[in-house]
Order: sequence, then C-alpha cells, then structure tokens
Amino acid sequence: MEQLAKQKIIQDLLPQKFGKQGKIWVAGLIVLCIIGVVAYIRQLSKGLVVTGMRDYVSWGIYISNFVFFVAISLVGSLITAVLRLTNVHWSTPLTRIAEIIAVSAITFASLIIIVDMGRPERFYNLFLHGRLQSPIIWDVIVITTYFFISILLLYFPLLPDLKIMLEVKKGFSKGMLKFYSYLGSFWKHTPGQIKLSEKAIGILAVTIIPVAFSIHTVTSWLFATTYRPGWDSTNFGAYFISGAFLVGAGGVVVAMYVFRSHYNLKEYITYDHFDKMGKVLVMLALLYLYFNVNEFLVPAFKMKKPEEEHLRGLFTGEFAPIFWFAITTSMLVPILILITKKGRRPFPAFIAGVLVVIGSWFKRYIIVTPTLLHPFLPMQDVPANYKHYFPTWEEWAIAIGSLAGALLVITIFARIFPIIPIQETITEKEEHEKALS
Amino acid sequence: MNTNDNSRREFLATGLLAGLALAGCSTKKNPFDELANDVKPSGEMVKLLSVDGEVIEIDKAFLKPVPDLPQVSNEAARMGIAGKKFVMVIDLARCKSLKKCQSACNHMHHIHPGQNWIKVYPMQDAEHTAPYWQPTTCMHCDEPPCVKVCPVDATFKRQDGIVLIDSDRCIGCRFCMAACPYSTRVFNWEEPSLEKEIADKPYSCETSVPQKMGTVGKCDFCPDMARKGELPHCVSACPNGVFLFGDMLEDTVTNGAETFRFSDLIKDKAGYRLMEDLGTKPSFYYLPPVGRNFPFENNEKKEATK
Ligand code: SF4
Ligand code: SF4
Repeated sequence: MEQLAKQKIIQDLLPQKFGKQGKIWVAGLIVLCIIGVVAYIRQLSKGLVVTGMRDYVSWGIYISNFVFFVAISLVGSLITAVLRLTNVHWSTPLTRIAEIIAVSAITFASLIIIVDMGRPERFYNLFLHGRLQSPIIWDVIVITTYFFISILLLYFPLLPDLKIMLEVKKGFSKGMLKFYSYLGSFWKHTPGQIKLSEKAIGILAVTIIPVAFSIHTVTSWLFATTYRPGWDSTNFGAYFISGAFLVGAGGVVVAMYVFRSHYNLKEYITYDHFDKMGKVLVMLALLYLYFNVNEFLVPAFKMKKPEEEHLRGLFTGEFAPIFWFAITTSMLVPILILITKKGRRPFPAFIAGVLVVIGSWFKRYIIVTPTLLHPFLPMQDVPANYKHYFPTWEEWAIAIGSLAGALLVITIFARIFPIIPIQETITEKEEHEKALS
Repeated sequence: MNTNDNSRREFLATGLLAGLALAGCSTKKNPFDELANDVKPSGEMVKLLSVDGEVIEIDKAFLKPVPDLPQVSNEAARMGIAGKKFVMVIDLARCKSLKKCQSACNHMHHIHPGQNWIKVYPMQDAEHTAPYWQPTTCMHCDEPPCVKVCPVDATFKRQDGIVLIDSDRCIGCRFCMAACPYSTRVFNWEEPSLEKEIADKPYSCETSVPQKMGTVGKCDFCPDMARKGELPHCVSACPNGVFLFGDMLEDTVTNGAETFRFSDLIKDKAGYRLMEDLGTKPSFYYLPPVGRNFPFENNEKKEATK
C-alpha cells in the first residue's frame, strides 16, 4: 500500500514533456528573448543613445527592472528559509518553485545591470579597481553571495530526486540521464548523507536570511545614499524589503497556479496552499502599505520645498496615473480579493498574484524615474528631450526580453527537474502517516 | 573701471595669439633665427604678449603653433598639483548670461552638441526676490558625493582639490550622476562626433579630451591650463570678469584683469556656497548679485513664450 502511494507520487511529480501549450509558451519566450538580444546589440553598437535616458533621467527602466528582479528573488529566502526555520511544513511543495524563481531572478538582475552600463566591456574594473566605499561594490558582493547560496539551496534538496529519476529511467532521454548522473550520481541516500545534507541546508537557510536582507537593503541604498528628494529616506531599506517579500510571494502564487493546472498537481498544491499563501500575501501587502504611508505621508505633511515638486508630481501630476495604479494594483485590490475566504481559492488568488506582480513592476518605475526629473537645480541648458523620459522600443524590448528570459529559465528548469520535491513529499507523507497511526 | 576693461581686452587678444607663437620668444634673444632662413616675411605684423609681459610685434609668417606639451601621466593626473588648492569665485552681480564661458568650454573640451558643462541658470530664490543669473559648473566639492559612490575610482579627488574623471576607467554606471546634487555631470550617450585628430589622442584626465562613449564628463577646472600657469577657458572667455579663479593657499583669485585677496573678497562681499546644508563643501563660491552691472533680462523665456 505504502509502496503504491510512493510510486504514484513519483509518477505524478516527475518532470513532464511540454504539451502543445508548453511548446507555444517556450517558443514565445524565445522570440521575446531574441528581440531583446537584437535590441541590445543595437545598443552596444550605437551606445545608450538608443534609450530614452538622458542626463537628467540617467537611470530608467533598466534600473527599475533590476530592482524588480532583486525584489522578486527575495522570495527564495522567505519560503525556504523563514518558513523552514519556523517549522512550517505546508510550504514544502513550494520551496523549489520559490528557489528557482530566486535563482533566475537574481541572474537576470545581474544581467540587466550589465545592460545598463555604458561600458559593459569594462566590467572587470569592478574587480580590478573596486572600492569598498561604493554601494555598488556592496551590491556586487551580496548579490554574488546570494546567488551561490540560492544555487546550493536549490541543489541539495534536488539530490535525492536525482537519484529517484535515475532509478526510474523510463521517459528520460539518454542525454538527460547523463546530465542527472553528472549532477548527482554520488548521492546514495545513505543516512549519513541525509544527515549531512540536512545540516548543510539548515546552515544555508540561516545564512541566506541576512544575505537576502542585505541584497535588497543595499539595492535600496543605491538610492538612499544620494541626496535627492524621494530617495533621501531612512525608511528605504525596510520599505524595499517589505515590497520585495510582497512581490515575491505574489510571484509564487502565480507560479503555483500555473504549475498546478498545467502539470496536474492538484493533489500536491492544494486549496489549502492557496489559502495560506493568500493570507501571507494580505499580511505582506498590509506591511508594504504601512511603509508606503510612512514613505509618502510624512514628507507630504511637511512639504519641504525640494520634496514638494516631486510629491505633487506623484499625487496629482505627471506620474499620478502610474503612482495610483501601482498602489491600487499591487496592494489595495489584492488585499480586497484575498481577505475573503472565497478570494483565496486558486483562480482569484492567481489573479491577485498577477496584479501584485504587475503593480510592483510599475511601483519600481515610480521609485526610480520621477525623482530624477526633480533635481535640486531646475533643468537648464539641455535639449528639450532631456527633460522627459519615455522608454524607447529598445528599452522595452530588453526589459521584456529579460523578463521572458527569467520565465524561460524557470520553464526549462521545470522541464528537467521535478518542480515539487519528490523525496521530501514522500518523507513528509510517511511522517504524517506515522503520526496518525 | 573703463580703462581696466580696455587693457583687459587687449590682454585677451594678444594673449590668444601668444599661445600660438613659438614658446620662449622674448625680446632679448630672437628665437626665430634658425627659422628665418626658409620663411619669408609676409609684411603683416601682429601684436604678441611676450612671457616677460611686454607687447611685441612680429611678422605673421613667423607664427607657428606650439606643439602640444607632453601630457602628464595618469598617476600624476590623479595626484594633482602639489601645494595648491584651487578655488573659483563667481561674481553674480556681473553676469548677464552672455554664455561666452559656456561656448569656450564646449569648444575647448569638444563637448557633445546640446550638452554643457557650464550651465547658466536664471534664478529667483523667492516670489518677491530679485532674479539673477547663476553660472554653475562642477563645484569640486571637498566632500564629493560623486567620488564616494564611484565603484571603480574613475572619478577621484586630487590633492589640489580638483575632482576629475578617468574616462578610460569609467564603467558608465552613472551612479555619480545620481549622487551629484548639482546635476552637473553629463553622459556620452553616443559616440562623440570628434575630428579624427582629436578622437585619436590618448585620453587625459586633465584635459578631459577626448570624451568617450559610455562614460561621464563634467567641468575639470582646466588643470592643464593651471600647469601652464594660465586661467581656465571660462575665466578668460568671460568679458565681464564674472569668473575669478585662484589658489586658496595663495589666497588670491583673478579673472585675468583684476586680482583679489580671496579671503577679503569673500568677507567683504559675503560670499556663499550652494547647498551648504548638504555638507558637500564646494570649492566654488558665489558673491551675491548686489549692485548689479546689468539689469536681468531673460530672453530665453521671452523666446519660449513667443
Ligand atoms: S559638483 Fe557634483 S560632480 Fe562636482 S564634485 Fe560636487 S558632487 Fe561631484
Ligand atoms: S559613471 Fe563612471 S565615474 Fe560615474 S560612478 Fe560610474 S564608473 Fe564612476
């Protein structure tokens, strides 16, 4: 009986070939990536002049996209580490989803920052001449660390699953099996190995929390260490981190829904998961809302001269549509949806997750660009087009291409590896049954 | 004042030509002796200012451009000139936004058309206060936020107080642009359209030439001129003597025609710095627009409203 259940779990969770929809999805993503690469090649040959950025708006959607990627990658630490350390077991099926989102997002965060550089070929200067006093160097250090810890947190729990797949063999091509044995043939699932791996995961789960906090705090400091109205805020670290957990959790809900319906995982990602993640999302949205109130209400109460223009631009001026759109879609509407029990069923929760992610992307745009259009000294002695910013097609293509790239990495990962940890699911089921009997 | 102005104009005209003349010409020794054999006098005479400060006349045919002085090494350019602390004073009362400073600077540094290292702002501090023109460049802050944030030491502070950019090292992250509260930095968004001769020169932090695609640029206080004992281009270009450049340790500033004791000038005219509250400590002082030489006329605005 037990054997049968185990077989069923394995069969259910093994990676599946792409169906028709899957193929179309992958093809679409590849096309978007290629368009992005073409745009980037144009940018490389002509310079950043192909973007809409100019001397005043010197950071545009590349940087907001970067912040978005860093933000969403934080979810890896939330689900794997925070929930793990607090002994929450319901999140087990979600750990790998969260971790692959983290890895692919942080990879594309690094790529997009290189895209933003005027001289990407001089990247090595960061290592040759790097100076510790610059927050950019801090970012390079913590992002690299986070990347490697996340990779390990993805890899260690994967080892038992690799063994399972190597045993099943059926349905895998020769190349794939070779790849699996290359990655994990040393894993024999001995008690010694299990213990070692658990210990390693435990250590990593503890270390990743401060590192995760650092990546986004440092990213917020890229702005907060300047004098500019809108960025010059002591609230920024916490404001960014709470926002990051929100968008990351939103991303996980979206991924849960998609994997659940396309891979037939209804028994593994259950209503209960959506219910719990929905509650988490409400809590995080409220938290982020709280920091937003701090970030905008307090300066708005004083309306200091340099802040005034910036805040008016956001509340009622040029940026008001995007500002209010971002606030409503990333916080208010999702809270309204998810606060009811009905709203936490898979589909409405999925919609709320999508809204959170989209709203959060625009929220990052609102954080980066409007501030740059309100310098201390008025804009003067520049061509007229320097006084506005609208991303060009190249920027959109590259930004969308990078988002597509991140999704592609996740999709391909799910094609090669089980997206829900097989061994852990089995173990937990066994433990559960033991506890019952 | 009037005589002052006249002599100044002459100084400028002759000074410019002197720059073209062979180095080391003086009345005591004829440096053109060897040349005289193969160059025929044209009969057209020009006035020059000798290094001894005398005005001399010379046949135009003997004029020959000075070969470029060898550029200082990158290390020397990063160190700066020992025993100096450069400072600029702007007399706001004298500015009528002629922007001669700007065009001279743009010309000498081959700045991309449309961009400017010197900007002249029409300022009005409050509703009922008087408007005035405020030229700004890089303030060469003593606590420069741009230098603090640069990840690769491409923008740096020297011992003589000047903040420069190494365009051969800059990675184009533009963090310094975000950090500078005076919005003075510009970026080379595209390949600068330079003559081949200029584009092929090795980059020097001291001349900031040639500008390179994908890197930042800004006012460099013309340290190459300082090494030659000359004034920055903006200072010598301004016909109203708005810019006063000098050395804080010598306690003098000059616009070429007039020289002042820096500390007295700042004290007497109540000099101030921009955005003092940010703690950036600029090396750039302003004298308030009191007792203006010109009425404030904003033609730009008129044109814009037309
Ligand atoms: S004015 Fe701006 S660019 Fe110049 S030193 Fe100060 S912060 Fe740096
Ligand atoms: S743009 Fe260049 S000079 Fe400015 S901070 Fe980046 S590397 Fe330094």
